[in-house]
Amino acid sequence: MITLTLREQPVVPLEAEVVTPDVTASLANDAIRALPVYLGKKQCRVDDFFTVEGQASDEIEIRGDAKQVKWIGRGMTRGKIKIDGNAGMHLGAYMKGGSIEVSGNVSDWLGGEMTDGFIRVGGNAGGQVGAAYRGSRSGMRNGTIIIGGTAGLEIGMRMRRGTIVVGGLVRDFAGLEMKGGTIVLLSGAELRTGAWMNRGTIVSLAPIPLLPSFLYAATYNPTFLRMYAKHLGTLGITIPYDAKDGGYRRYIGDSSVPGRGEILVWNPHAS
Amino acid sequence: MSGTTEPGVNMERRGVRIVDTFAEAFDMRAARVVITANSLAWAMTGARAMTGFATSVIGCKVEAGIEGELGPEDTPDGRPGVSVLLFAFDADGLSHRLLDRIGQTILTCPTTAAFDGLPQAGERVIVGGHLRHFGDKYQASKSLAGHRYWRIPVMDGEFLVEERFGVQKGIGGGNFLILARDQDAALGAAEAAVEAMRKVRGVILPFPGGMVRAGSKVGAKNYKKLSASTNDAYCPTLRGRSGVKSELPDNVNAVLEIVVDGLDRAAIENSMRAGIDAACRPGVVEITAGNYGGKLGKHHFRLHALMGTA
Repeated sequence: MITLTLREQPVVPLEAEVVTPDVTASLANDAIRALPVYLGKKQCRVDDFFTVEGQASDEIEIRGDAKQVKWIGRGMTRGKIKIDGNAGMHLGAYMKGGSIEVSGNVSDWLGGEMTDGFIRVGGNAGGQVGAAYRGSRSGMRNGTIIIGGTAGLEIGMRMRRGTIVVGGLVRDFAGLEMKGGTIVLLSGAELRTGAWMNRGTIVSLAPIPLLPSFLYAATYNPTFLRMYAKHLGTLGITIPYDAKDGGYRRYIGDSSVPGRGEILVWNPHAS
Repeated sequence: MSGTTEPGVNMERRGVRIVDTFAEAFDMRAARVVITANSLAWAMTGARAMTGFATSVIGCKVEAGIEGELGPEDTPDGRPGVSVLLFAFDADGLSHRLLDRIGQTILTCPTTAAFDGLPQAGERVIVGGHLRHFGDKYQASKSLAGHRYWRIPVMDGEFLVEERFGVQKGIGGGNFLILARDQDAALGAAEAAVEAMRKVRGVILPFPGGMVRAGSKVGAKNYKKLSASTNDAYCPTLRGRSGVKSELPDNVNAVLEIVVDGLDRAAIENSMRAGIDAACRPGVVEITAGNYGGKLGKHHFRLHALMGTA
């Protein structure tokens, strides 16, 4: 495993898209130290900010508060990045495979437009998780993002496939213009959830304010959610599915666009 | 089909003679469907409907049967389930049969869902991807862990079906015949054999109750257009009739055959071994097997080799 320890907090965000197993796996430590990173428009070396230790591997561990370090794991296809601390914007953007685990918090655009892979964040995340970049038609197209804490605005914006699970409260516009995939809100969300969604599923285990353009359909226990429950259970996440515990209220929308999406709100039986 | 006997050492088990012959079986294509439902009873209802009228690939275009029950921990959606195997001559035919049977018997059966039971198979055929059209564009899909599923709205909620099902090589036509003193003895022995064989995974016994009384031969002596007709050599009531070369010992008055299809040779061997052993009981005279002289099917299951390793 290669270990990068942050020696100095950058004064402005540092762009470090070379920090990915695809780049570092075959390099000696000296070559990794010489890889370019960008501090603003200034090109620097990795070892201007990190000490590099360990042996060539497709596993990278980053230690220290990397909240100012952007684009870690960009486009990675394999291997694992473990961040013992925080991470900056665009973590795992365009990711195609492998996994990223963060013990702390992350900034905006986590897993932006990722096409596969697995990201788990122990703390909070910023906005636009798994979202489409401005001007782009689709956000994440596959893969799984799990956030233990809260998340910001517009998570899953224009996502097409894949799964996002958020443990804490999510801010406005979750699933904005969603085209597919699944967002699971373990603690609900603030306003305008699912606005302009065309397809896809938003599951909320807590009551959420709904736009008037979402129409109630039925209360039931979808079979596909049992599969998600089983799958997410292997990742340590529990979602209810059994009819004896309650049912999901299905709202279809967003009817302000030709919306065929759905919001499923867990409705437990009164105990 | 005849029980071509070859000279060899005598083999007996609990007083039942095991003829030195072999069962001749054929390459087929197989699919496994995992049917789940809110209860095992409803999963079994769907499985029974799906495997009905599927005894012989000649007459039914497919051979199908129930492989076994599955606990919630063994099914994709965590509900009780039943595993069903289907066998046909080729993948194209199998895909049509899957479409017909899942569409008519599982889609229609309350609370059920249908999943691919051969996810490791390289060859895949589209099933849910066609059935989705029943949803009239109200259907929706979900992709999870590399598999795509279709949610088709139905009157009790949603029918969930996997888009593609795996198809693998299988073997059809493993068999043995139980020759007994009377009908009761033949039936009792066949029931015991079926019970033992159904404990083996990877096989099905496609005929009613796992056994067949109407064994057949290729073609017919008197109706030239028939592709198959009664196996006169094993019909007790035809012994002594002009033109019939009976294969039955004098004290045999009833015969039942067990046909077994399997996902691989080992599964068929294990089930035949268990079945023959269970069938060796009082009232049974002889165990033999059906073959075509070894000219048609490339899989030969020699009874002595099987039982010699029991």
